[in-house]
Amino acid sequence: MNLVYVSSFIVSIIAASTPLLLAASGELITEKSGVLNLGVEGMMLIGAIAGFATAHATGSAALGIVAAALAGVAISMVFAVLTLSLLANQIAAGLALTIFGHGLAALLGAGYVGISAPVLHAIAIPVLSAIPFIGPILFDQNILIYFSFLLICAISWFLNKTHAGLILRAVGDSHDAAHAMGYPVIRIRYAATAFGGALAGIAGAYLSLFYSPLWSQDLSAGRGWIALALVVFSAWRPFYLLAGAYLFGGVTYLALYLQGVGVSIPSPLISALPYAGTIAVLVLISRDARRVRLNQPACLAKYFHAVA
Amino acid sequence: MAHIKRRGFTAMLGASALAAPGIIGAARAADPVKIGFVYLGPVGDFGWSYQHDVGRKQAEAALKGQVVTSYVENVPEAPECQAVFESLAASGHKLIFGTSFGYMNYMLKVAAKYPDIKFEHCTGYKRAPNLATYDIRFYQGRFVQGVIAGKLSKTGVAGYVASVPVPEVVQGMNAFLLGMQSINPKAKLKFITIDSWYDPGKEGDAAKALLDQGCDVLTQHTDSPSPLQVAASRNLPAFGEATDMISFAPKTQLTADVNEWGGYYTQRIKALLAGSWTSIDTWGGFAEGMLVMAPFRNMPADVAALATQTVADITSGKNKVFVGPLTDQTGKVFLPAGQVMDDGTLSGLQTLIQGIEGKLS
Repeated sequence: MNLVYVSSFIVSIIAASTPLLLAASGELITEKSGVLNLGVEGMMLIGAIAGFATAHATGSAALGIVAAALAGVAISMVFAVLTLSLLANQIAAGLALTIFGHGLAALLGAGYVGISAPVLHAIAIPVLSAIPFIGPILFDQNILIYFSFLLICAISWFLNKTHAGLILRAVGDSHDAAHAMGYPVIRIRYAATAFGGALAGIAGAYLSLFYSPLWSQDLSAGRGWIALALVVFSAWRPFYLLAGAYLFGGVTYLALYLQGVGVSIPSPLISALPYAGTIAVLVLISRDARRVRLNQPACLAKYFHAVA
Repeated sequence: MAHIKRRGFTAMLGASALAAPGIIGAARAADPVKIGFVYLGPVGDFGWSYQHDVGRKQAEAALKGQVVTSYVENVPEAPECQAVFESLAASGHKLIFGTSFGYMNYMLKVAAKYPDIKFEHCTGYKRAPNLATYDIRFYQGRFVQGVIAGKLSKTGVAGYVASVPVPEVVQGMNAFLLGMQSINPKAKLKFITIDSWYDPGKEGDAAKALLDQGCDVLTQHTDSPSPLQVAASRNLPAFGEATDMISFAPKTQLTADVNEWGGYYTQRIKALLAGSWTSIDTWGGFAEGMLVMAPFRNMPADVAALATQTVADITSGKNKVFVGPLTDQTGKVFLPAGQVMDDGTLSGLQTLIQGIEGKLS
């Protein structure tokens, strides 16, 4: 196998992993604030159709991404109003959001089946992209892949090095304490949920404008669920999340690749791998109570009643 | 394994579990005869169910005024489907088409309960006096694709994005390579099964993996245009599936197998109206007009001419596609020279011919 094929192989893995990384990054911030939004799959689908329809109407893939982010925010706000203001159960509301998003996207997309829209093209960085092997992998990608590299660094910095990140974590770990200190718990959670919605929407647009540039019902094919699993798998840590996304994306691609060279791995097994891996991690981190406390936001999915 | 066909697998994937079926466009007029259609997927899948719905519309247009059609989409291959068939039967539909393999036993039950109503089941093999079966010889189109690939491939290795290893797909892979080897005896075929009929992301990944391994022409046995788009992004030729996908890859798609159900539906509804409907098994291909090739594009004129000739030979019966000697992957002859594979063996085919790399899982 020559070097061109190897670098093309790595590019393919990055392409498969990026939607997981984008959606999971958003969900990470949402969960760090103590909100569990299981509606990632639904938000991705809404983002995918919003992005596709906008790109089709305007001829601009970039506008499509913006529209997808806004649509993701809008749909996540439905969830936020239900759970944060009206105190509906987060698990139930999140599942409902997935089912709702699935149906709404199918309805909105009914007229877009079988047509094509502008595709998000790679932006080659001058000089650097000409470097053999490394160039195509790191410097000849589309904007969302560059964005995902930067995003994960920014999230890590935000959570660990900034005051705002500390407040976000405080809200997620003890909303009563944060409230007592005068932080606006509900408003912060709204913002974190909106961030998660925006990124899920962008992940959807990545699918419909670049990864498989078309619209079809159920385009996300379960990637939203893998993103959710990934957040747990990473134990809520940004760089573990990055590694996990590339691991899940890479293993899935590798399994397909190996079939082509005659090594047969049952593909249902591969499909189950992200979930099996997540269960294994859950078992590992929940062995002792301290580890759980260290990792999982303590107020995840809990009701918050602000006492005046 | 022998009798599991494509639609049975789709149900296991549970793709439509979330969507509730509902009768759409039910007829009101008293005069025209009511015809019902039941689909596994949404009509918006741009593949299997979409193509059936195109056929439904063609039949309705051809028999305008004489019939009204209605359809139910997103019907799972589970006990719910029986209720759907019963509601169509009870609401006065005289002929009901079920277009997915997994409906078989439920249709059999409903057919027994409503002896005056006719039923037709796509891809199934169980019949009753009022239950007919029909399917398409998809493999004929694969052979034509193989001939084109044999002419165009420089590496002599083609890639096949496969769904699940059911006989229909095995027939397709074998027929494709037989076509390719009729031009280049050393041709090889690599395949990847993605365990789904429809997953644009995974289909694209499988396409990338095949191209990363040196395949320079691609075909697919999955329903989205995604592999075609991957081939387009690498400037390599490829084939569409089930429907003409040229709009997704104008400079890439060579041709596509197009499932034409409209003619069949029209003919069967006509038979019903004339009172000549009988329970038969139809396995049609080019000759019956149930399978057509999308226009030959993006290839030299001589290759297009050869492809056209191949279609003509299969249509006339001169080329039977599965003709001995056929050797399996271990080199053993499993169909002696000069012999034509019978339909019974063909419909349960699980053997890959020599030159296909990889095993069925």
